[in-house]
Amino acid sequence: MSRRVGMEVAIAAAEAVALCNIDVAAVYPITPNTHVAEHLAEIVAEGRIDSEFITVESEHSALSAVLGAAGTGARTFTATSSQGLLYMQEVMPIASAMRLPVVMVIANRALSGPLNIWNDHSDIMLQRDMGWVSLFAENGQEVVDMLIQAFKIAEHREVMLPVNVNMDGFQLTHMVEPIELPDQAEVDRFLLEYKPYATLHPDRPITMGAFAMPEIFTEVMKAKDVAIVNAKKTILEVWKEWESLFGRKYEPVAAYKTEGAEVVLLTMGSMGETAEVAIDELRREGISAGLLKLKLWRPFPFKELKKAVKGVKVLAVTDRAVSYGGPGGPVCAEIRSALYDEPERPVIVDYIIGLGGRDVSVEDFITMGKRALEAKIKKPREAYKFYGVRGE
Amino acid sequence: MTEKRWPERWQEVNPGCMVFTPGSSQEYHTGSWRAGRKPVWDKSKCIKCGVCYIFCPEGCIFADEEGYFAGDLTYCKGCGICAHECFPEAVTMVNEEG
Ligand code: SF4
Ligand code: SF4
Repeated sequence: MSRRVGMEVAIAAAEAVALCNIDVAAVYPITPNTHVAEHLAEIVAEGRIDSEFITVESEHSALSAVLGAAGTGARTFTATSSQGLLYMQEVMPIASAMRLPVVMVIANRALSGPLNIWNDHSDIMLQRDMGWVSLFAENGQEVVDMLIQAFKIAEHREVMLPVNVNMDGFQLTHMVEPIELPDQAEVDRFLLEYKPYATLHPDRPITMGAFAMPEIFTEVMKAKDVAIVNAKKTILEVWKEWESLFGRKYEPVAAYKTEGAEVVLLTMGSMGETAEVAIDELRREGISAGLLKLKLWRPFPFKELKKAVKGVKVLAVTDRAVSYGGPGGPVCAEIRSALYDEPERPVIVDYIIGLGGRDVSVEDFITMGKRALEAKIKKPREAYKFYGVRGE
Repeated sequence: MTEKRWPERWQEVNPGCMVFTPGSSQEYHTGSWRAGRKPVWDKSKCIKCGVCYIFCPEGCIFADEEGYFAGDLTYCKGCGICAHECFPEAVTMVNEEG
């Protein structure tokens, strides 16, 4: 039976990974992911799980180490944040090209500089095109659930891709929340044994990560793209199974009070909960507002998004990263492009908000909802707006 | 019948582009990338010191039965290091035909 605990989310993330019977973990601690690294190291040191914890000297080595271990058929895990993720970036496309199912939790944090340790999504947005499956958790429960799901998705024979689970730094990592922690038997039943497609072994020499001539490279990239697009099918299956076992529902685009809504806000990660309160308030004021929460970032859920915005007049996307000198925020750019061919599409406004830990309150969402609604009559002049920036 | 060198369709690529045949790198004759110049050895000047052998970054220089060094140009990139390092000037870079 699951046990209900009050637990810091970063600690719960480590506990969830410990339930997954991992063979090898290599994590270099970096704020705000440090507690994941420390607690997992403790679990291994205490002998609670039979796993190797490799203490590495950098994030580049952390991902390299787990990649090597994954090549031998080990179930592997790593974790990082911000600059640490950038340092891993060099290895990230290799993991996906080699189709090795590494699982990573990312405590999302702003990129330097100026140095800032607080939360936004600029670290993961930069990794958008690394070929990893990318999930966004809204609260501690989702971090735990998604981490366990991640192994099943990553290792599925139809997927065989690395997966990252994103949890907002501090807003989630350092919060103590009530969490249902599944027990070992439940996780064992769900996860099954990892059967790798191929393994490195001296008795049966094979090559992973070989050199590829121009004559073959395009075909390999096409295969990788198809693999991640098709991964959605498995993700949906895994989420269905999770729901039937644990009663908690997961969807690529989760809707909150969107029926008949004129204005719909869209969030990713922990802001969803604050936004829900704002939607309730807006509804109380007679404004038909709703909320969409994007939980699957890669592969991007085009079909589900199009369905979710049917009939919506204004869609207000919140972005926690900037594409400088580009179309604004990466999430909105994606959504605009996804809806471009739709015969009827909402007016889309993009709010860049909550950068580097700037607080985003219920009031802010109420204001955004109301301002966005004005866009129905008067289309906004700018493609995006830095919400709450001083000097405007 | 010649063996197929590349998969014809992307669907035929092994997952992760894994290679299940050991030693297949021998089929990549990177010497074909050589643009223009190749080294030639002059036995009469060679003192069998092995310096060219040591410095060749492609590992394509070997000693023959008599101990003279010469290149197997299958992997030679034409970088000219052997010619540069051979102090008795037994190696010269010459223009290639075609
Ligand atoms: S460096 Fe020159 S002299 Fe020495 S072995 Fe090579 S060819 Fe002969
Ligand atoms: S030209 Fe370069 S690659 Fe070719 S044999 Fe000489 S050192 Fe080796």
